[in-house]
Amino acid sequence: MSEHGHHHRHNAPLSDTALRVKALESLLIEKALVDPAALDAIVESYESKIGPRNGARVVAKAWTDPAYRSRLLTDATAAIAELGYGGLQGEDMVVVENTPSIHNLVVCTLCSCYPLPVLGLPPVWYKSAPYRARAVRDPRGVLREFGLELAEDVEVRVWDSTAELRYLVLPERPAESAGMDEEALATLVSRDAMIGVARVTVPAGAKR
Amino acid sequence: MNGIHDMGGMDGFGPIEREADEPVFHEAWEGRVLALTRACGAWGKWNIDKSRFGIEQMPPEDYLRRSYYEKWLWRLEKLLVEADMIAGDEIERRVAELKQGAP
Repeated sequence: MSEHGHHHRHNAPLSDTALRVKALESLLIEKALVDPAALDAIVESYESKIGPRNGARVVAKAWTDPAYRSRLLTDATAAIAELGYGGLQGEDMVVVENTPSIHNLVVCTLCSCYPLPVLGLPPVWYKSAPYRARAVRDPRGVLREFGLELAEDVEVRVWDSTAELRYLVLPERPAESAGMDEEALATLVSRDAMIGVARVTVPAGAKR
Repeated sequence: MNGIHDMGGMDGFGPIEREADEPVFHEAWEGRVLALTRACGAWGKWNIDKSRFGIEQMPPEDYLRRSYYEKWLWRLEKLLVEADMIAGDEIERRVAELKQGAP
């Protein structure tokens, strides 16, 4: 079935939506309002260049360079730009730091605002109604759903992103990561940890 | 504006569904919609506020039913027509042409 399924997909008629997009694209190309090569480049950049590896590098640098951490917490946009990330939908960044007593969680209740230059495009769940509705009302319940149980005495701060202002969580560096260098640390930092729905952990056998 | 998009605090949407190893785009057309939106936005005929307001004007029953990039497509068409970059009936005509000419 899977072999046939794969073969079939390329020959199947386009869905109504796919056809409509194709129609719109051909119309806009004809009017010289868009350049097909530029469209390809945009898709390619989100598929392979702009993603959470960027944010992970920011976090790892903050963990290993106290002066950088301090700059990141006072002027995140400039500190992130030091690593070469910035631009569209990352123009005004705020980094919020998790500590043993404070846990930060990021949401966009109104739509899907997200720090694109450091995390790429948001996952479907971040844009979904259940997350947007509940993250502000029952953040502990949401975190529990993600498998993150917080102690009662940990304060939860929820940050509702806007079209201009976007947040990145600086997660806590795990104690077991002592001795790891910046590059190795960056491999530990997940997208979810930078949204605030996960902790950073050191998998058994990670390179020290 | 108070509308369906203002979801913070609402009840009843159920559990958060997550997908392991989620692809950046689930269908090729989603990437095209994003790219078209960015490329058309570069003409400066609308700003991010107008763009967001565009989606917020979607009828609530559609807003709840449509996927994320379906909403983007709906908004892009609306913004292009409002900016006189395309005419209202041009897309329908091109869709019909593509359907007829499809191999």
